[in-house]
Amino acid sequence: MTSARLPWLPFTASLLTAFLASAASAQTIYVSNEKDNSLSVIDGKTLAVVDTIKVGKRPRGITLSKDGTQLFICASDDHAVQVLDLASRKVVHNLPSGEDPEQFALSPDGKSLFIANEDSNVVTVVDVPSRKVAFQVDVGVEPEGMDVSPDGRWAVNTSETTSMVHWIDVEKRQVTDNTLVGPRPRHAEFTKDGAQLWVSSEIGGTVSVIDTATRQVAKTIDFHIKGVAKDRIQPVGVKLTDDGRHAFVALGPANHVAVVDAKTFEVKNYLLVGRRVWHLALTPDQKTLYTTNGVSSDVSVIDVDSLKVTKSIKVGRYPWGVVVKG
Amino acid sequence: MTKPRLLHSLSLAALGVVLLAGTPAAAQQNAGADAGEIRIGFLSQTPEPPPYVANPDEPAADDGLAGATLAIADNNTTGKFLKQSFVLDSVEVPPDGDAAAALRELAGRGGRFVVVDAPGATVEALSKLPEARNVMLLNANAPDDSLRGAACAPNLLHVAPSRAMLADALGQYLVKKRWPRWFLVTGRRAEDKLYADAVRRTAKRVGAQIVAEKDWTADSDVNRTAEAEIPVFTQAKSYDVLIVADEVGEFGDYLSYRTADPRPVAGTQGLVPTVWHRTHEQWGAAQLQSRFKSAAKRPMTARDHNVWTAVRVVGEAAARARTADPDRLIAFIQSPDFTMSAFRGAPLTVRPWDGQLRQPVLLAADRSVVSVSPQEGFLHPRTELDSLGYDQPETLCKTRGKKTP
Repeated sequence: MTSARLPWLPFTASLLTAFLASAASAQTIYVSNEKDNSLSVIDGKTLAVVDTIKVGKRPRGITLSKDGTQLFICASDDHAVQVLDLASRKVVHNLPSGEDPEQFALSPDGKSLFIANEDSNVVTVVDVPSRKVAFQVDVGVEPEGMDVSPDGRWAVNTSETTSMVHWIDVEKRQVTDNTLVGPRPRHAEFTKDGAQLWVSSEIGGTVSVIDTATRQVAKTIDFHIKGVAKDRIQPVGVKLTDDGRHAFVALGPANHVAVVDAKTFEVKNYLLVGRRVWHLALTPDQKTLYTTNGVSSDVSVIDVDSLKVTKSIKVGRYPWGVVVKG
Repeated sequence: MTKPRLLHSLSLAALGVVLLAGTPAAAQQNAGADAGEIRIGFLSQTPEPPPYVANPDEPAADDGLAGATLAIADNNTTGKFLKQSFVLDSVEVPPDGDAAAALRELAGRGGRFVVVDAPGATVEALSKLPEARNVMLLNANAPDDSLRGAACAPNLLHVAPSRAMLADALGQYLVKKRWPRWFLVTGRRAEDKLYADAVRRTAKRVGAQIVAEKDWTADSDVNRTAEAEIPVFTQAKSYDVLIVADEVGEFGDYLSYRTADPRPVAGTQGLVPTVWHRTHEQWGAAQLQSRFKSAAKRPMTARDHNVWTAVRVVGEAAARARTADPDRLIAFIQSPDFTMSAFRGAPLTVRPWDGQLRQPVLLAADRSVVSVSPQEGFLHPRTELDSLGYDQPETLCKTRGKKTP
């Protein structure tokens, strides 16, 4: 198994990745550090941390505005979504967020932000231009994962203790369907065509692939890693490549990212990364995948073509969310 | 005999209707279930502490009950999407009260699930009542291994860990730290002897040694005499850790910093194996802590957590099995298909041979969680959680063991 910790690897690998990155436009990676109240800024070319930005308390979910000029940050313990201007690297204003925002998703037009409020069992929908709460929807216990379908029709939320996907009809502003999945669903991600929704279940140890048209579970994916106890395999982050080839699944304290064939649902490989891997981000060219490893406080860099872990980058304490600006 | 008082009958079904009104037509086709109401009884009995014990942290009046109240609300939040509603029938039985009458009353109201937050003797007596034959009693308090062993019963589900599980959880950690030489100090009450028995059993299993043992018999007010008495009392041959068995807290808190040798204290005081601690925050525990705190206006205790888990077991089963039918729920909870998240990492499942919920155990100091057992390296062919407590081959439970799949 390739380990990012071998002393000789980072050097050669960083050269390789630097070469790959230089082929693309300049990229910047932003990582939220839950226990440092900060963001680490990584240069996609040198893979070095170039800046650390002070933000609100307990930053978790982060996402880019559609025009790529701003970063939205769930400052969970400040009960706010902060808006960071990327050019000046300053927080310019807060959005109302409801209590304890954890994850969120932007509508395809970039105007509505759907925020999961973990402590109050609601999803808050914020109108980004006017900075006002548009509406709130009651969901299950401990809402966490959020995504919006590419056509903007559905906003989905997973509730961790209720163990359901709640389907919010965006036009009707209400939950119109629910899909029961494995215990403790953490993350939801639509395929690029919107036909499927992939949902991880941390305690169930599975990923459910749901057919959007019927809202029924079409396939449940299991994971087995030699030498790792079944109950340590706790899927959290899921990332799908735009070409529909791969799905990457972060397996938490199993310290591996699973590589799944997104067409056959077969698990092809397990890549060893840092400790307690949670969230994932792909570069816009889909060549590099970044992972946040909470316990080892680092980010692993995965080369998507070769499916090799090429480097680990030390960031702040408890890295949680990650995004790449192309 | 004092009559049991019916304290609450929180009709959260009514609340459920209000919530439903907020999400009109929350269509149920995919998460569809048999609609229905599920009544969960909560029978609680708190023994009076002996007069000589001064507890600096007076337990809250709603210790335990607050866990049930939150869990019913959690069950109803999920239930509103499944057209299931949960109602809590809560009875508090005085220390000298008639628990059997309380159970009959709960069963008479149609309760097929009763969470029992009471001492082991009460749990055992209730399990034998003819009225309890078709009731699932969820033991959320009594740690007695006998209830999982010789006195086991098919209608008993043990949500609280047993003393053997707690002792194994502690012992694994001490051995991992290479502190295998233990000085065991046992209090004078019957439950202290049982705790000490569990520690002795653990020592054999994890390869530790009990190098010295003493019984605490002093009947002076230890609060005033500790500084003089404990250094003398704790003179023993070379040991690594002092393990204390003092469940009511008569003297255990006075041992730390007063032992003859500079040694840590663990067991019922000091480093304590427990299901919950106010500083626990991993695996989403922070969310449950803050949800509980905003509802109860105080931190969640281990007792609250055991009761919360017991009520949630029924709610989780109802959502998973998609039914409100008690017979089907009782069967499902004890099947290998039942798993539940409890904010301690590994999922909870039920041991078929004694009805014990498998679970990780925290090792907590006053203001921090030190570790979580099972410890790495304590392997088990089924699940590492079965390295805690009585495993299938050693169970003394006969009424259940035969039904093992």
